[in-house]
Amino acid sequence: MNAVTHQSVAHDSAEKHVTGRAEYADDIAEPAGTLHAALGLSTCAHGAIRAMDLSDVEASPGVVAVLTAKDIPGANDVSPTGLNDDPIFADGEVLFHGQPVFAVIAETRDQARRAARLAKIDYGQRPALIDAAEAKDVGAPHVTAPLTLQRGDADAALAKAKNRIKGRMRVGGQDHLYLEGHIALAIPGEDEEVRVISSTQHPSEAQHMVAHALGLASHAVTVEVRRMGGGFGGKETQMNLFCAVAAVAAKKLGRAVKLRPDRDDDMIATGKRHDFVIDYEVGFDDEGRIEAVKGDYIARCGFSADLSGPVTDRALFHADNAYFYPAVRLQSHPMKTNTVSNTAFRGFGGPQGLIAAERMVEEIAYATGKDPLEIRRLNFYSGEDGRCVTPYHQEVKDNILPRLVGELVAKSDYEERRRAVFDWNAKGGVIRKGIALTPVKFGISFTATWFNQAGALVHVYNDGSIMLNHGGTEMGQGLYTKVAQVVADGFGVELGRVKVTATRTDKVPNTSATAASSGTDLNAMAALDAVNQIKARLAAFAAERTGASPERVRFENRMVDIDGDQVPFDVFVKEAYMARVHLSAAGFYKTPDIHWDREKGQGRPFYYFAYGAAVSEVSIDTLTGEYQIDRTDILHDVGQSLNPAIDIGQVEGAFVQGVGWLTTEELWWDEAGRLRTHAPSTYKIPLASDRPRVFNVNLADWSVNRELTIKRSKAVGEPPFMLGVSVFEAISMAVASVADYAECPRLDAPATPERVLMACERLRAR
Amino acid sequence: MSDKPRTPEIRREIRFLLNGEDVRLSEVAPTDTLLDFLRLNRRLTGTKEGCAEGDCGACTVLVGRLEEGDLRYRPINACIRFLASLDNAHVVTIEYLRGPDGGLHPVQRAMVEYHGAQCGFCTPGIVMSLYALWMEADAPTEDQIETALQGNLCRCTGYAPIVRAGLAAGGDRSADPLAVERAAVVAKLSEWRDGARVEVARDGAAATVPADAADFASLLSENSENTVIAGATDVGLWVTKEFRPIAPALFIGDLPDLQRIERDDGGLIMGAGVSYERAIPALTAMFPHLAEYWSRIGGWQVRSMGTIGGNIANGSPIGDAPPVFIALGAELTLRRGDARRRMPLEEFFIDYGKQDRAAGEFVESVFLPALPDGAKAAAYKISKRREEDISTLALGATLVVKGDRIVEARFSFGGMAGTPKRATAAEAALTSAPFAAESFDAAAEALEADFQPLTDWRATAEYRMTTAKNLLRRFWLEKGAGEPVRLAGASR
Repeated sequence: MNAVTHQSVAHDSAEKHVTGRAEYADDIAEPAGTLHAALGLSTCAHGAIRAMDLSDVEASPGVVAVLTAKDIPGANDVSPTGLNDDPIFADGEVLFHGQPVFAVIAETRDQARRAARLAKIDYGQRPALIDAAEAKDVGAPHVTAPLTLQRGDADAALAKAKNRIKGRMRVGGQDHLYLEGHIALAIPGEDEEVRVISSTQHPSEAQHMVAHALGLASHAVTVEVRRMGGGFGGKETQMNLFCAVAAVAAKKLGRAVKLRPDRDDDMIATGKRHDFVIDYEVGFDDEGRIEAVKGDYIARCGFSADLSGPVTDRALFHADNAYFYPAVRLQSHPMKTNTVSNTAFRGFGGPQGLIAAERMVEEIAYATGKDPLEIRRLNFYSGEDGRCVTPYHQEVKDNILPRLVGELVAKSDYEERRRAVFDWNAKGGVIRKGIALTPVKFGISFTATWFNQAGALVHVYNDGSIMLNHGGTEMGQGLYTKVAQVVADGFGVELGRVKVTATRTDKVPNTSATAASSGTDLNAMAALDAVNQIKARLAAFAAERTGASPERVRFENRMVDIDGDQVPFDVFVKEAYMARVHLSAAGFYKTPDIHWDREKGQGRPFYYFAYGAAVSEVSIDTLTGEYQIDRTDILHDVGQSLNPAIDIGQVEGAFVQGVGWLTTEELWWDEAGRLRTHAPSTYKIPLASDRPRVFNVNLADWSVNRELTIKRSKAVGEPPFMLGVSVFEAISMAVASVADYAECPRLDAPATPERVLMACERLRAR
Repeated sequence: MSDKPRTPEIRREIRFLLNGEDVRLSEVAPTDTLLDFLRLNRRLTGTKEGCAEGDCGACTVLVGRLEEGDLRYRPINACIRFLASLDNAHVVTIEYLRGPDGGLHPVQRAMVEYHGAQCGFCTPGIVMSLYALWMEADAPTEDQIETALQGNLCRCTGYAPIVRAGLAAGGDRSADPLAVERAAVVAKLSEWRDGARVEVARDGAAATVPADAADFASLLSENSENTVIAGATDVGLWVTKEFRPIAPALFIGDLPDLQRIERDDGGLIMGAGVSYERAIPALTAMFPHLAEYWSRIGGWQVRSMGTIGGNIANGSPIGDAPPVFIALGAELTLRRGDARRRMPLEEFFIDYGKQDRAAGEFVESVFLPALPDGAKAAAYKISKRREEDISTLALGATLVVKGDRIVEARFSFGGMAGTPKRATAAEAALTSAPFAAESFDAAAEALEADFQPLTDWRATAEYRMTTAKNLLRRFWLEKGAGEPVRLAGASR
């Protein structure tokens, strides 16, 4: 039998997905008497709550209870960082339009939703800061401590540089738009116990938050998630509030309580990708070689810290993308604003840092009249002359971009197609074209070093069937499938023998968020550790029984091979059980060799880097700003893929999501601080017809992770998201053609048709 | 069609076929949605709620109806589809989908083989849309698949594997369980068609399905407070998002005598109940320039539900049909009781939120005159996302050229004012002007006198005005200069 790792096996729930039988939290049969909650949201972006009249809410049909801050028995806080700045319910003041102020619990969800609209709250309006750059200008506070990364003397190097360019780029945020919105179903148990079923990437944190809100120890709370209908970072911390409200209500009322916000409430009340304003200055020589970079990364964090610290840190960690900056100073500005508190989203600040690096490359290319690709290659990290040290002083030792980009250039006919694009544009028509190749280098590991640990639980039952459980959560990325492949291979059995069960805090404790692309790296290693423990016991048993050396016991082809003597796995397991061999193990893993000193801005925060590159060609309509992606070619590095089909799916999906971020997905707040794009009718994510018309995606199958990761694979969740930048830059080139490429169009993101047209108009007017 | 007032039989329950089961319901409020009925009442949880506004497609199910005797299954959004509108229909959910052998359907099998599902939440809806296409097309093209999926969002896959699955799904259409059951379903729906008026209610909220157009006319003139619901693609959101009371409500989406599509040399008459989707063959045959524009109205589900009459009567400044219909010189027939009046469509729109429709009156039909000889017509829609998006602005344009002169110009915009509105100054600038680039430049400048557009989340006023002007230039380039000025667009 062939091993099942490195094979394109289908997602473990594929048949359930296509038949509608996969159960999501809202599909689980509710306990009898389940009540439903809805949140009452503030209608003021910043103000004191002067009076709150909830009598109409209470009197509304079906209403059982109304909860406000004073009804929370423990801490009115779900701050994931311990800063106590994330109230469950606003208490005394509201800090953004849409902030939860109360919850109403009713017999039906419809009744709860209707009642929630009946509150009469009197706000003493205060001035609201909505824009991050404006917040910085007026000296608004940071939500968390900023970070500075520096190496060398950037000011001196800039002063010395022959060429200098200074600019500002606005980069929009992004709503996750997971198709399954937030949900929590809390079921009260005996004594202090409560069980919460939620759609969460971080059940352990939900557990801890629920315990804090109830004033209980963590052992009273169990959080469970079998699968999510998408997460993308939006369920790393944002489910905490929903879990806490449902649990507080359930314990107070002694009945199960479900809280599933409507899509609009979900989008209004939960955090998104941070939008950034980036002020950059780059010095370079006449060849286009970067000599110095200075950058200020101003982020709209919203009213609280949430994960803004590590997100803005990661923006700086990726402000170099793949390029060596001989002298550099990067500064983050995590600004407090009267908007929803922004949070994790695939890439976690990395994309925002990276896109500014690519903007600087573009600036240099237009200034020198060269192909941006040439500038990129000139500035790639390399082993020569010490050009391998990042702004955070980690050495880049595994750079495969020169080979990867070389192959992609050849495979995509980049040079020839670029010439054809110039020829097309030279005709001067309404439709213009652009082409761009952009790379990604992405650091893998949580920068919060302690998160780089994982646990797993493996049981081998005495019939030979295997139960696998780990702290990672399944949100569609295929984590359960990949880890099951590793476990099946470990025991040398068929995949069907391994059943993955729902992630639960009482099976594997103290888990990390399934985030930072780390799910497989961490959990598969932990599971393998558990497998190896059980195998060692089985091998010892075999040795003891036959006198063979334990090293001569192998697990393969559904057999246990004891020095050439083969016993079917299930038969052998039964014998082991009868001989009282322990057939269960808890596995553990922590990523080695990483360390990070945030005060100094130095260390090795990343275990390794994942790489990739994309070439995109686009057409734009210079009368309307509309565009389409004509072709995209991607070559991406996942090391030795555990499951090429799943990995290619991640690459394709991340790319299209990245394109959405940079094109049609626009978050729009009005002057009152109201988010007006709060549902798919107004917030436009890509459709099938928006994907590239020709879309070639390949894995760099020759890449082997230099580090000892699980089967030498690499993380895949986030890095390809940033390949969407190739589309953004291709659009920029098409725009530049209207002024004969004389200047960098300096497009802001997202490049909506409006921004594209206005950039064309601006250049035409020159 | 009989206009004689009469009292039809009254039936106090709605009845429909849900998968393989007869459903009869008498306690139904007009606000009860199909999605809640499926999920909460029947625990058919394969159909998901993603947005509750008909934009994501996670709740896609099929509704089969007899259309001129032919059973036709169309995809719809269960989240904004009211239960009361399903009388005499066959509702098919993901739970009923299966292959001839009872295992996976070929569409489902292809979705597994091509890794078309990641998180799986959008998947049942995607499968239902692909299934609806599979029934209609033996070997669907990439184009057709994209069009079929316009109303389905997927946030995980980037769609590539889904399209591959759509291309690969094979199998014998005639062996499909729905094909095998077809005769029995047709017989049942035919037998159920009793010509009765259906009256149901819950907690005092009444929903009525009139027996026919005459019954509808008399019910509405008797009580003009009735909410008239055809496709529910807008009223659905009044309920799911705004909790607006809509009772008592009249459900007219399936009244056969509002479904007529008649074509003669003079033009095309379409009943108010004709859905966007049903309109396509006749409409695009007579007005080929509307084909691309029409395919960008909503997604397939919304086009299958939404009606031409609803789009007009609703009075939205950003409805898709009015601008292009006004440019064609459309005339509207309004009816109250047995009295009818006719008016040019543009006169129907008085002001933002205000139409020339008296209490008890309804839009019965729209007449589109055939284009005169020498006419050049175009329809342009601008939106943030190309497909399944609300217009930032829209332009319907008809120009009659004789010799080298423009003799008539009708340019009607959506999204530029509080109503769909003709650009009279621009039209004046063009009328009698030479058919030449300079005339369109002048007309573009005249738009400043016609419109003062707004800034909102779709676009700024500046973008709207700049683009409106550029669309006039596009019209010249396309119809006059013959230059290629469009993206390849929907055709791959």
